[in-house]
Amino acid sequence: MLTRRNLLRTATAGGIFAASNALLPAWARSGNAGNKGIFEVSGNAFDLNIGHSAVEIGGRAGHAITINGTLPGPLIRFREGERVTLKVNNTLDEDTSIHWHGLLVPFHMDGVPGVSFPGIKPKSTFTYEFAVPQSGTYWYHSHSGLQEQMGHYGPLIIDPAGKDPVSYDREYVLVLSDWTFEHPHKVFARLKKDAAVYNFQQRTVVDFLKDAREHGFGKTFADRASWGAMRMSPTDISDVTASVYTYLINGHATSDNWTAIFNTGERIRLRIINASAMTIFNFRIPGLPMTVVSADGLNVQPVETDEFQIGVAETYDVIVAPTRARAFALVAESIDRSGQVVATLAPEAGLVATAPLLRERPTLTHRDMGMDHSAMGGMDHSGMAGMDHSSMGHDSMPGMDHTAMSEMASTASGSPAKVLKTGVGIDNVAVAPVFRLNEPGLGLENVPHRALTYTQLRSLAPNPDTRPPERELEIHLTGNMERYMWSFDGVKLSAVEGPIIFHEGERLRVTLVNDTMMTHPIHLHGMFFDLVVDESAFKPRKHTVIVKPAEKLSFDVTADHVGDWAFHCHLLFHMHAGMMQVVSVMPRDPGAATSAGHQGHEGHDMMPADAKEQPDVHGGHN
Amino acid sequence: MRRVGQIGTALVGLAALGTAAFAQETPPAGSQASVYWDAEAFKASQEALKREHGGGTTLFVLADRFEYQSGEGSPAVLLEGQGWWGTDENRLWIKSEIDYDLDAGAFEEAEVQALWSRPIARYFDLQAGVRHDFEPGPSRTYAVAGFQGLAPYWFEVDGAVFLSEEGDLSARFEAEYEFLLTQRLVLQPRTELNFAAEDVPELETGAGLSTAEVGLRLRYEIDRQFAPYVGVNWKASTGETADYARARGEDAETLSFVAGVRLWF
Repeated sequence: MLTRRNLLRTATAGGIFAASNALLPAWARSGNAGNKGIFEVSGNAFDLNIGHSAVEIGGRAGHAITINGTLPGPLIRFREGERVTLKVNNTLDEDTSIHWHGLLVPFHMDGVPGVSFPGIKPKSTFTYEFAVPQSGTYWYHSHSGLQEQMGHYGPLIIDPAGKDPVSYDREYVLVLSDWTFEHPHKVFARLKKDAAVYNFQQRTVVDFLKDAREHGFGKTFADRASWGAMRMSPTDISDVTASVYTYLINGHATSDNWTAIFNTGERIRLRIINASAMTIFNFRIPGLPMTVVSADGLNVQPVETDEFQIGVAETYDVIVAPTRARAFALVAESIDRSGQVVATLAPEAGLVATAPLLRERPTLTHRDMGMDHSAMGGMDHSGMAGMDHSSMGHDSMPGMDHTAMSEMASTASGSPAKVLKTGVGIDNVAVAPVFRLNEPGLGLENVPHRALTYTQLRSLAPNPDTRPPERELEIHLTGNMERYMWSFDGVKLSAVEGPIIFHEGERLRVTLVNDTMMTHPIHLHGMFFDLVVDESAFKPRKHTVIVKPAEKLSFDVTADHVGDWAFHCHLLFHMHAGMMQVVSVMPRDPGAATSAGHQGHEGHDMMPADAKEQPDVHGGHN
Repeated sequence: MRRVGQIGTALVGLAALGTAAFAQETPPAGSQASVYWDAEAFKASQEALKREHGGGTTLFVLADRFEYQSGEGSPAVLLEGQGWWGTDENRLWIKSEIDYDLDAGAFEEAEVQALWSRPIARYFDLQAGVRHDFEPGPSRTYAVAGFQGLAPYWFEVDGAVFLSEEGDLSARFEAEYEFLLTQRLVLQPRTELNFAAEDVPELETGAGLSTAEVGLRLRYEIDRQFAPYVGVNWKASTGETADYARARGEDAETLSFVAGVRLWF
């Protein structure tokens, strides 16, 4: 039996590489063709070269910005707690940067130009140096301009210092991403001019006639009128779709048939990273159940499922154990179901898994608008099961954690603390936002198998800080689709006066209210937050959370890393449009210094930092 | 740079020790990284950060109707387009309509507007500026105030009032709707109404509703940005304006068949 990581290591070790070529999966065999595979680099010192590369995507030539010449960039691998240096050489004619997504680095090493450092100038070298108290599956990407859309991203794995609680025989990294042959600035400009430019799944007159035949003319007309009155579209799910995107797994389009090899009886760990610029994926392996063991790099109590929605920048580790020697399809389908990418998991190379047909596109309902239920008398309630909590369609939501329902009252239900006014930058406000952490995500409510929900995630280790929050902060996700403006609290970063202030050591409850009809993956740099799925000490800890349309959710966070941290929607063009702010964790008042804020940090992701090496931000942990 | 970083680390370390005197030196929220790096370079990156996240400018050019018209009147070529350049908050908006009579070999109509546009509500912009008509003669310049946006039920509307240098007041209202027959086949009804506050004999316009236009165009979006179309257009003068037309020997009403292309970039 192969030892864990055997394959990956073998694939990237130069000498053996050529010798055992025929035994290797497709991506490794073709690894030196430019963008065909993921090279692994491991150790403590890394050299990363940012430059322009010609790439081949689905058989077509394209131009990418790459790290060490490949798309995705190399798999960076090191051990928990070890001090690493990453020397980044910028050969571009423009600034660049690398942000270490989810890593608890000192904030001036976080890699966000204008927040943590000035950026890496053209034709210059910058050295990142840090040791992080965590292990797991992460990734890295540019935080400069729109470079991320052009290929500037790669996977990163930190091996645990001690024993890994997850046992496996083999592992594969699956980097999901979206590629366009159009320049990202052009894509963004098109959205500014016509926000529906890439939506080829709109409701048409033909759909109207079909619905009228099924539901009656009056009802269908009333439904269309209610959407029209608000100038909203129920098909507005992805801004950028398969009409211009080629979806990729490890840099490969479906036609490349990237293949992972297994032997029956093995436990295979798949480390799935959504490194897309704009695409939220539904991931599944038809016929093969997955046991989720880690979310956003941190271990969770194993939970078996058949499908999960993975937001941009989220990572999930799953264990699969095929008992039959046949080809399975690894399917990543875009949330709007305009397209998908399929790779193969097979007992030998050369097999092609059957790609499932694209499922019918989901549509938004009035529930996704966060409308006041009492004000909806005249509206079409068809397809709106789950309108309010009491009548929520439990039966139609497989995988929903019913136990969490009773806790809703204490977590995030109720009216928002502040209600914004609609205006130029805010086309909608969710008057009655709802708790949706127990829902698997848009389009997965009625699938005929299990679909993962956040409420099913339980941290494996107890949460390091279980103090009740001392302070609450409510932040609204806002936007105007027609104008393609996106922001927090209606204010774009370009117009923001000052940062959001956290105080060192304080325990905060941050409530996010999604006033828009879009699903936003929200990312807070520099600290993990405990998603309030209940009031237990085993809340899932994450760096990125999907906020569904009209959802109100809360996370608790300990402000233990002094510094300025970016906080933004990880949909690249939403961030570019202004959906970003800075969170400043301010050092505590020197006179009031106590250890109050640092209890319980012995959790699995917080190891004592070396005071000498990290006095600036990790000093507080000693 | 490295050296600066070390000094910064030391300084923050001191602050953490609780040196009251140093507390005042603590960099402000949002600029805490400034102690690690060259201050000027960091400041420049902060400004770029703001600019790049919501402060960008866009250039938009649309030829909404670029068509050949043939029917009861003499054949003509029409170009009606608009474009803007600017940020979310402020835009320079250009609108133009040019009507060239192929039989006469002359411009029937040539108008251009330069407007400053500012969003005032979710779906509406307020616009103000100038309009100049080169044709029909005599040429006139107008002050313009109007609004443009998306009305409930997805009607695209544009309304403006014009005050000429001669003190004549007029107004125009346009509305468009788009039926998606399929994802790419779009049926677009459109109307344009022109009003005048008083008779303007030089421009052969009578008070009240002076002209009305209704069109129906069916386009196929080969690309969202390039769509050939065919359609019909009905244009009528009313009241005294119609009398002027008849006096010129023209019909007060014309029905045309049109073929053209809608494109934008």
